[in-house]
Amino acid sequence: MFYREAGDFRTTYAEDQQTFPIRFDRYRYYLVLFAAIFVVPFVINDYWANSLLLPFLIYAIAAIGLNILVGYCGQVSLGTGGFMAVGAYACYKLMTAMPDVSMFVHVILAGVITAGVGVLFGLPSLRIKGFYLAVATLAAQFFLVWLFNRFPWFYNYSASGQINAPERDVFGVVITGPNAEAWATYAFCLIFTIFSAIVARNLTRGSVGRKWMAIRDMDIAAEIIGVNPLRAKLTAFAVSSFFIGISGALFFAIYLGAVEVGEAFGIQKSFLVLFMIIIGGLGSIFGSFAGAAFLVLLPVLLKVVGVDWLGWPTDIVAHLQLVIVGALIVLFLIAEPHGIAQLWRVAKEKLRLWPFPH
Amino acid sequence: MKLKLATLAVAGMMAAAPAMAELVFPSLSYRTGPYAAGGIPFADGYADYFTMLNERDGGINGVMTSVPECETAYNTEKGVECYESLKDSGGLVYQPLSTGITYQLIPKTTADDIPMHTMGYGRTSAKNGEVFTHTFNYPANYWDGASGAINYLLEENGGDLSGKKIALVYHNSAYGKEPIRTLQELSKKHGFELSEVPVDHPGQEQKSQWLQIRRDKPDYVIMYGWGVMNQVAVQEAANIRFPMENFIGIWWSGSENDVLAAGAAADGYKALTFHGVGSDFPVFDDIQTHVVDKGLAAGAGDQIGTVLYNRGLYAAMLAAEAAKNAMEIHDTKDITPAMMRDGMEALDMTEEKMTELGLPGFGPTFKVSCENHGGNGLVGVTQWDAEAKEWTLISDFSETDRDVIGPLIEEDSTAYAAENNIEPGCS
Repeated sequence: MFYREAGDFRTTYAEDQQTFPIRFDRYRYYLVLFAAIFVVPFVINDYWANSLLLPFLIYAIAAIGLNILVGYCGQVSLGTGGFMAVGAYACYKLMTAMPDVSMFVHVILAGVITAGVGVLFGLPSLRIKGFYLAVATLAAQFFLVWLFNRFPWFYNYSASGQINAPERDVFGVVITGPNAEAWATYAFCLIFTIFSAIVARNLTRGSVGRKWMAIRDMDIAAEIIGVNPLRAKLTAFAVSSFFIGISGALFFAIYLGAVEVGEAFGIQKSFLVLFMIIIGGLGSIFGSFAGAAFLVLLPVLLKVVGVDWLGWPTDIVAHLQLVIVGALIVLFLIAEPHGIAQLWRVAKEKLRLWPFPH
Repeated sequence: MKLKLATLAVAGMMAAAPAMAELVFPSLSYRTGPYAAGGIPFADGYADYFTMLNERDGGINGVMTSVPECETAYNTEKGVECYESLKDSGGLVYQPLSTGITYQLIPKTTADDIPMHTMGYGRTSAKNGEVFTHTFNYPANYWDGASGAINYLLEENGGDLSGKKIALVYHNSAYGKEPIRTLQELSKKHGFELSEVPVDHPGQEQKSQWLQIRRDKPDYVIMYGWGVMNQVAVQEAANIRFPMENFIGIWWSGSENDVLAAGAAADGYKALTFHGVGSDFPVFDDIQTHVVDKGLAAGAGDQIGTVLYNRGLYAAMLAAEAAKNAMEIHDTKDITPAMMRDGMEALDMTEEKMTELGLPGFGPTFKVSCENHGGNGLVGVTQWDAEAKEWTLISDFSETDRDVIGPLIEEDSTAYAAENNIEPGCS
């Protein structure tokens, strides 16, 4: 009924293998894209951009990055915060060193630099896996934060150790600093989010992604059938860190504008992104978006309901937030261990068959 | 899902918007998280003072005040969310009580033409009002604190610190790093040896740092800590039997929360301050009658008279005075944030004014101007009496070293202006 497939014929392999094979699904996707690109920028204000949409888009990129590593390649990582910090500091150094270059270049270069650092810290993954790898990446997290705190070169010898994003533009439109318009910052992040999602989706369904998944499912078997574990794992680390670096750069330059490494990129950031992909669904691009939305928007929603509508004291609402989000996470994982993405898949299956469930 | 959220949030914002003709003083408080012990009393004091004004005088010059709170948990992301969500309510002045959030908001508030008051924290060089037009940090800043501590030690040592060893124990963040440059300059000037001992957030783990202090045997320890770090440091200092009277904390390391945990061992610990301690001021009687007795006290109502409560109250008082000033300057009762900024810039806190407000001698007298957003930077020292469980002011509010701090502020603010294409100047 909702997914009417009658008359939806596919006559080529390309059509058969597209991301959204059902016409209704595809049109819905186009509609969301259309609204995000052509509607939202015209109605957005500061509150919407800075409180909801920017963090959602930026965390979605980080979640996509981590999902590639954990969800698709099976390499557990707790170093997300550290890699985001690499992206942020790389972007800062680039921004201050080359003020005239477009922000696009800076952000992408920041991603490339983070990819390099990610590969470096991915090297141990060839020998260790599972919890041991988690601990190794945890070490990366602490090391990177310490590094950016310890050496003043990274923060241009500023007295306080904070990094501040100076005003930079893209094609003459200011997108960092306080004078950036809400629509410009949103559009800039949206471009990167769409780009990340499309690249990630296509990588994961191509041969590279199949190799990652083979390693995830059983590394020895994968090696026997000809997957080079060294190359597969390191490419996963590189691609994952690339996206995480981009999200770190956007997080610092566009969203916050000033960052202190221990506070913004501490271990809790790693956990937050990890929770996003676990709740959203491991090994799913849609899951990354769903998880980011869940953890970014739900606390704000609870705050609006509790403080603004019901007029409860802020501390009680803040504590309730922790309780409710925590309880929902537990409930979610009991009811559907594969996350929101799997819930969505199941719902879709049911809708396709409805009203004839048998 | 998104649409539902959208309607909910929009409706929420509309519900939150207060009635017109009200003076809105947003409180970016933190009653949860690792620094809650410091955030709660400050937020209570801030809210109670405005409640008292409403109950006693019917607001400021007849206009009622409101203090919407937003919970930041000392987290910069939540701080930004709070700032944006309260912006539409017409907040007159923001006091984020966090150096991290201050750094986020300095450019944003400047662009939005809303003043921000970072009393005793935030970016020190914001004292230079020619560059930081919308940020105020009167009556004292971190560098005044560093200099005040050294001045006090100079006084204790007959004006000579050469050859002495001073250790700085600091929170390894923007806040804790602020005094380093000043102390380095001062060590050159006075010939003492400075060692820097960073403690990572949140500061529960300080064993190795205090081991280092025990080995180095510094004559004095200065601390820039906040939250749980303070209590741990006081306890650790007691454990290595460091003489407490040689241990001086900045004002954020000098509340009851920081010393009570260590019990009798904390006796004699000192801390800097820029306002009075205790509840022995006439204004507290008014708070008792008009706020506490009517059951309107913010929070649990058990913080009245504590150091951080007084600081919140002091911040509220300064904001209220600036609002009065703004009404006078612009000759209207319906002031905007931009007018509030002018009121803050023309603030002149005299002893008569303080006495009139029921706070005689509560804080140093100071005058704000366009060039000087930081006041006169007078700093006093308090000491903890563990038996009586109270802080006492043991020195006057005295001058800090302008010759050292002035050029540093000039240097830092000029660098900021150059980075951000700001043309310094007073218009």
